[in-house]
Amino acid sequence: MNVMVCIKQTFDTEARIILNGAGEIDGNSVLQIMNPSDEYAVEEGIRLKERYGGQVTVITVGDDAAVKSLQQALAMGADHAVLVSDPRLKMLDSHGIAVVLSRVIGRMEYDIILCGRLSIDGANAEVPSRLAERLDLPQVNLVSKLQVSAEGKVDARRDIEGGVEIVETNLPAVITVQKGINEVRYPSLRLVMQAKKMPIRKLGLDDLDLTAEDVSSPITIEGYLFPPPRRQGRTLTGSLPEIIPEVIRFLYEEQKIL
Amino acid sequence: MPFLVYVEQRDGRIPKPCWQALSEGRRMADARGESLIACIMGNRVSDLADAIFEYGVDDLFLHEHESLARYETEPHAALLSDIQKKTSATIVLMGQTSMTRDLAPRVAERLGAGLVTDCTGMFWDDQGLLYLRPLYAGKVTARLRMHTPIQMVLLRPNIFPMAKKAGAGRVHRVVAEPSPARAKVVDIVWQQRDRPELTDAEIIVSGGRGLGKAEGFQLIEELADLLGAAVGASRAAVDAGWQGQPQQVGQTGKVVTPNLYVACGISGAVQHMAGMSTSRCIMAVNKDPEANIMKVADLSLEGDLYEVLPALMRGIEEKKQQRP
Ligand SMILES: Cc1cc2nc3c(=O)[nH]c(=O)nc-3n(C[C@H](O)[C@H](O)[C@H](O)COP(=O)(O)OP(=O)(O)OC[C@H]3O[C@@H](n4cnc5c(N)ncnc54)[C@H](O)[C@@H]3O)c2cc1C
Ligand SMILES: Nc1ncnc2c1ncn2[C@@H]1O[C@H](COP(=O)(O)O)[C@@H](O)[C@H]1O
Repeated sequence: MNVMVCIKQTFDTEARIILNGAGEIDGNSVLQIMNPSDEYAVEEGIRLKERYGGQVTVITVGDDAAVKSLQQALAMGADHAVLVSDPRLKMLDSHGIAVVLSRVIGRMEYDIILCGRLSIDGANAEVPSRLAERLDLPQVNLVSKLQVSAEGKVDARRDIEGGVEIVETNLPAVITVQKGINEVRYPSLRLVMQAKKMPIRKLGLDDLDLTAEDVSSPITIEGYLFPPPRRQGRTLTGSLPEIIPEVIRFLYEEQKIL
Repeated sequence: MPFLVYVEQRDGRIPKPCWQALSEGRRMADARGESLIACIMGNRVSDLADAIFEYGVDDLFLHEHESLARYETEPHAALLSDIQKKTSATIVLMGQTSMTRDLAPRVAERLGAGLVTDCTGMFWDDQGLLYLRPLYAGKVTARLRMHTPIQMVLLRPNIFPMAKKAGAGRVHRVVAEPSPARAKVVDIVWQQRDRPELTDAEIIVSGGRGLGKAEGFQLIEELADLLGAAVGASRAAVDAGWQGQPQQVGQTGKVVTPNLYVACGISGAVQHMAGMSTSRCIMAVNKDPEANIMKVADLSLEGDLYEVLPALMRGIEEKKQQRP
């Protein structure tokens, strides 16, 4: 089974967001990680390979620093890594990323495309469905349990509000996964060192016969606002008979929530 | 340039974010003297028309077909795209849910539309529509503009107020054979429909590692039921297996905006705050006065939650008895 896994490198969850002189978000001193739900996608892909044979290819659209996340996936057990980077890919949005990914994947042999459910930087959850549309494939988003048969029948549990949908489809398909689907393995130091020596295929727009216009963003950012910090509220200490009436008054009279 | 709102339904239930999208659509259209169009699809959905017209909808496109009984991406994406073309709507609004998160990007790619997800504000100015959208787990909010002829927006739940508006609209029945779905929903297993859904609950009671044990969540559930609230959890509580993943609040869980968020035995890590810091009111119960949550909560109760919560429940019960 040939598995494609799309991964994104994002800011660490603890990262402080600051703007540079040009008023853009400054990522220079920020620790970067593989987007959390993409780790589950890589793990799920490797498990499919372990079961059915075949190869796992991880693909990212990003800058050269994203090699780090590709190497992490290789250390986990992915076979091939593709980095698409190009100076003309600077202001990329979900549409542009889907254009690039569909071109890369469309030229390869694949059975299944796995993605994370959403990237935590923009929280868009757009790229996988856009990719599915471009490749004319079925999509199943937010999958917390996935079964794929040798014949390519897919049985997935997709989380919805208050329940789960049981979804059936056939490969090839785009599937997005989330926490809970598996336990992500932590590769040994030896595998980590080995992965650093594995080749990474680098592609630019020209290699994909794409122009800057093909991937240009229809969205412009006019500026950023920083939310005001929440002001410190009140702390009630003391005995319960003293503080409970205060809480009741707060909820009923002051905030009128209850 | 009319506004189009996609009204989702499951088993005839329309979730709150949809009503919020209708309200916001009406307000935005009014600001420009435009009309508001809504569309709804399903097996039997005619009964829902009256409720939809209470939000001032001018034209409702209604598509009934037995193959639309369950939401499936491809037929719904095709029908919504057709309705957009038929109505030439330039702004397409939806309340953000698991359904519209699945549908909107597929339709956007098909229509060549821009899409702003998780939108927390939209305004008219002299250049058109300006959208607000939090990034990096709410640490910063971007002011965005879309330059596509069709602009699609998913509204973050509970940010936009609901407002009814009287009026009489027209129903347009769509007759078309829906395209087949390649990904088929063969069953839906409901897990909890007795409590409100996290993302549209007015009140949420959440528990964390401070509960110490799975049974601790009984206390959280009791308080939640007393308040008609949803139950949430920190990642630590989910990782411990005390609650399911759908209950996790935070950067890698759900983003919620209730009127009241009660955090019990939760320290308030940045990743947790990312999911609930825009709650209107935060109340924390924690035995550590130095815990981060105690610094951001509007009301912090310092103490052992196993003592504070039962006392609080007694207090609320007494109050409820006084106020029939
Ligand atoms: C990539 C990444 C993503 C993450 N995503 C999320 C996310 O989406 N959501 C999330 O919640 N976390 C997330 N986390 C985890 C986060 O960093 C914290 O570890 C987690 O939120 C801590 O959960 P907690 O507050 O329940 O536990 P703790 O931090 O251990 O806090 C427990 C609190 O309970 C209090 N306490 C203990 N006993 C009592 C008692 N008897 N009475 C009252 N108070 C008591 C303690 O004083 C303490 O403040 C993420 C982490 C990473 C690295
Ligand atoms: N730049 C990218 N390169 C490769 N895959 C991506 C990229 N951006 C997003 N994805 C994939 O799409 C998923 C959802 O991302 P998003 O639509 O940005 O929320 C991610 O979890 C990845 O699997």
